[in-house]
Amino acid sequence: MVGIIGYGVYIPRYRIKTEEIACVWGEDGEAMAHGLRVFEKSLPGPDEDVVTISTEAARNAVKYAELDPKRIGAVYVGSESHPYAVKPTGTIVSEAIGCSTDMTCADFEFACKAGTAAVQACMGLVSSKMIDVGLAIGADTAQGRPGDALEYSAAAGGVAILIGKENPVATIETTTSFTTDTPDFWRREGEDFPSHGARFTGEPAYFRHVEEGAKALMKKTDTTIDDYDYFVFHQPNGKFPMAMGKTLGVPMEKLEDSLVVKDIGNTYSASAMMGLARILDIADPGSKIFMVSYGSGAGSDAFSIVVEDEIEAHRGEVPTVDDYIKRKTYVNYSIYAKYRRKIKALG
Amino acid sequence: MAEKGVAQVWRRFDSIYNLIGTHCSNCGTYYFPPRLVCPKCRRKGKLEEYKYKGLGKIHTFSIVRQAPENFKRQVPYVVAQVQLDEGPRLTAQIVNIDPEDVKIGMRVRVCFRKITEYGEGGIIVYGYKFEPTMIVTGHE
Ligand SMILES: [Zn+2]
Repeated sequence: MVGIIGYGVYIPRYRIKTEEIACVWGEDGEAMAHGLRVFEKSLPGPDEDVVTISTEAARNAVKYAELDPKRIGAVYVGSESHPYAVKPTGTIVSEAIGCSTDMTCADFEFACKAGTAAVQACMGLVSSKMIDVGLAIGADTAQGRPGDALEYSAAAGGVAILIGKENPVATIETTTSFTTDTPDFWRREGEDFPSHGARFTGEPAYFRHVEEGAKALMKKTDTTIDDYDYFVFHQPNGKFPMAMGKTLGVPMEKLEDSLVVKDIGNTYSASAMMGLARILDIADPGSKIFMVSYGSGAGSDAFSIVVEDEIEAHRGEVPTVDDYIKRKTYVNYSIYAKYRRKIKALG
Repeated sequence: MAEKGVAQVWRRFDSIYNLIGTHCSNCGTYYFPPRLVCPKCRRKGKLEEYKYKGLGKIHTFSIVRQAPENFKRQVPYVVAQVQLDEGPRLTAQIVNIDPEDVKIGMRVRVCFRKITEYGEGGIIVYGYKFEPTMIVTGHE
């Protein structure tokens, strides 16, 4: 069966505390951090972008899988912050990890679920034997308009997942999606920062799509909450996935290990995949994982995943999610503004 | 609009993305950047493509505080001579560390970063920089 034969993550070293951002805008930082359940967020260095983050994550994935990158037949990079408007991120990443020229490549866009859409595309190509191994990446260097609520959570990170059939470390049993036309969040070409429908982002957007996605997967697999050991939901902040878990009746102990958002913020296309990676870092063989990603605009992708014995042979080769979370240095708001190009005069 | 210098950089992508140099199988010397002829063996030399492991140590370094226009956002930053484990030395930026913590002899590994941009509308050049080696859970 098709599955994950390797995965790798990357989180930039820089962090800014929620309190530091709140202080600039005259907000109560502690209340903000506890309300959102986001205490600090990652941000890229001045020489990092989706190409470099994707490449680092993909190199980790290839090393983890002990894979000859020339066997990769497809590279799909999902992001909403591709560095070029025209010129694929994927071609640069492919060359930087040593892929052959005999492969297909494209960039995906679907807000925060572009990475899981890439996973589904790779599953299809591998299952139909069109390719041997596919590489699906979700990576972002998300930006919030200064002073906007999104500024507290918009973060940077990437996850690369190698999809194949040979000795998977985790099998993907099945996937379902739930898709509608919902204008909860968008960015027009040429605009620096995204716009959102404020309160509209909750009920009809995130909660409806994640819940419907979760229910559809349980119906398809004829399973219940009790059949799974771990749950992963998209994490725009810490509050939303916790509320979603409560609605669905997921016990907190099955959800909390995936909540990386409190330490690094919302890594957008990497968000749910980062939660999954953290579970794959720690789960025992035989564990069952239930994951639902969410992308504004809007849609959700749900996956049922089983951890295999093979996973134990691969651990300890590349940094874990926690290794990257622990490798950090704090910056203040002015350094953050300098790195994130919020100061226009510096070009 | 056609852009100056794009082709020149493009020819070196493979070498600067993946740290690919050459190795002379006659005398055993490693070269970076890649060479066409082994200067030690001349016509007896047998050069083959070699992908460096990307591990090395800092031979010497300096902290840049006055930078050219393209690099102002990164100031202060570290430029070092890195001695690769296979032998060659190359010049590269050291990232993921505060400049005052950089030491001669420090172990570093290669990472992938943005090197420069040809203005706001131009191409972005990516390539190697080096960072301190990382702690990996479960690795000796
Ligand atoms: Zn020689």
